[in-house]
Amino acid sequence: MTSPAFAQRWLRRIPAYALLIVCAGVLLFPLYVTVVDSLHTVGELIQNPPPSLWPSDPQWGNYYSDTGAVGTASKSCHLFNNNGLEVAPLTCYLTNSLIMSSVITIGQLITAALAAYAFAFLRFPGRDALFAVFLATMMVPLEVAIIPNFQTVQWLGWTDTYPGLVAPFLATGFGTFLLRQYFLSIPRELHDAAEMDGYGHFRFLWSVVLPLARGALATLAVFAFLQAWNQYLWPLLVTNDADMRTVQIGIAGDTADIQRINTAFAGTIIAFAPMLILVVAFQRYLVRGLFGGAVKG
Amino acid sequence: MSALPKPARQLLTALPFVAPSIVLFGTFIFYPLAKSVYLGFFIDNPFHTRKIYVGFDQYRDVLTSSEFISSLLVTATFAFYTVVPSIIIGTFLAVLANQRLPGIVIFRTVFSSTLAASVAISSILWLVLLHPQIGVMNNLLGTVGLDHVRWLQDGGWAVSQHDNAFEMVLAWFTDPNWALIAVSLTTIWMNVGLFTVVVLAGLQTIPDELYESARIDGAGRWSEFWHVTLPMLSPTLFFASVIGVIFAYQAFGQIDILTQGGPVDATNVQLYSIYQDGFENFRTGAASVQAIGLFVIMLGLTYLQFRFLSRRVFYR
Repeated sequence: MTSPAFAQRWLRRIPAYALLIVCAGVLLFPLYVTVVDSLHTVGELIQNPPPSLWPSDPQWGNYYSDTGAVGTASKSCHLFNNNGLEVAPLTCYLTNSLIMSSVITIGQLITAALAAYAFAFLRFPGRDALFAVFLATMMVPLEVAIIPNFQTVQWLGWTDTYPGLVAPFLATGFGTFLLRQYFLSIPRELHDAAEMDGYGHFRFLWSVVLPLARGALATLAVFAFLQAWNQYLWPLLVTNDADMRTVQIGIAGDTADIQRINTAFAGTIIAFAPMLILVVAFQRYLVRGLFGGAVKG
Repeated sequence: MSALPKPARQLLTALPFVAPSIVLFGTFIFYPLAKSVYLGFFIDNPFHTRKIYVGFDQYRDVLTSSEFISSLLVTATFAFYTVVPSIIIGTFLAVLANQRLPGIVIFRTVFSSTLAASVAISSILWLVLLHPQIGVMNNLLGTVGLDHVRWLQDGGWAVSQHDNAFEMVLAWFTDPNWALIAVSLTTIWMNVGLFTVVVLAGLQTIPDELYESARIDGAGRWSEFWHVTLPMLSPTLFFASVIGVIFAYQAFGQIDILTQGGPVDATNVQLYSIYQDGFENFRTGAASVQAIGLFVIMLGLTYLQFRFLSRRVFYR
């Protein structure tokens, strides 16, 4: 272990590690300052010059006390007023985000798996043209359709409801494409054999195709959940009540009130943590999805 | 069912599989697209009491208005400010994280971590640095001897007066739009994680033999990067720049949280202008015309992205 060659190798690596550490530090700096600021009092934050970048007296209460981000004062989502701003405890926002993202993820898995099955295993007139239409949906970002979509949701009476939050995102051209690519790699003989055994299409999809396609389904699920959880524009448009807001809209609104800005920062850290864990844990699947299933990783 | 001709039977079998997606796409993608075109033919009065048919006049008026042209310039500048640095930083970090070193996985994870950050999270993290009252960035600039910057409140060239086009171009270079730079910094930070992941994936497809033969030819690390890595990476970098530009044209949250399009219209990108006209000024028709304009631009960009993806999928 103490051979000179070994020591020399590590000595040669020092500049590389130094550069890596500096880059990581710069990249994480905004996150670090937010964590530090979330542990200060508002009084410390607004003083001039700003407080040190080390929390000498960390206010953990900003996270969990009655007036903190998670706010135990009200267990339900009934609103309380603060400086004329409607605020609900972060737990309400988090619950809304969790419900919205889960429903969108499950919905996309169902609609995409069904459609991908038709495009991979069934033969019907107009199939290729229809597939092209599905691909074309990827060319229409939802952003350019917000006005008519808002009118539709309003007409359905779905503003400030979960259906309004999730409906436009339940089908996915990207997901259909991704799953179809994978389904095509399943040998057709399996399909024929299942047919001989008297399997219907739905049973074959459920008990043969889906278990084989677990990896592709996981890729789609991670993508769908991350995208849904991180949405901003649509939830902003279709929710007016504080108790229907998603966590993204909630924390962004909270930062507008300087008297609560430290708890808003605490809320930001709490909202970021689950996605950070998701991305770190499922990075393999994300990379695969980025290239439409073309990269084996 | 067996009485039906074969194509009809096939359609009936396929219908339950494709119908859910078709209904949803129809309702939330194709119908709204057609309706946007239609809404563009009408002017609303502010109380939504009646709509006046004006035909293509509104398309002409909105698309040639100075507000629209200004939002085009701001959006294009924003795309430029965000894509170029995101690519350079992403490539730099990916090359660093592609070294064979013990514990490199930790750095790969850290460098790609901003991929998890939503637009709201990223905007708040940068608000912490750039906030007019509590931001620490100016203090840091001060300690290294640089002037303070009015990050979110100084619109630079976008708000100053120009007598002619030349002055305008000159101001673009000499009078920085700090508000747009602040929004761009946020966006770059958010992009870097994704771009690092994309470039890392691209780096891993470069065959080792290319590096070996470069080394045999006596190439140093720098010349290896220029003559092997960069050319082999060029399709990946092209793909990354197209998605970067698409992200720039879809940007909304960072502007809503940090500047609300201001000061004046210095950060009023196209999508934010659509939002303001559609949901704050109740000019549904004008907003729809802008949405169609944005759609046409994004269609061209997505087409480029598809060409890349199909190459990658089918010719590899």
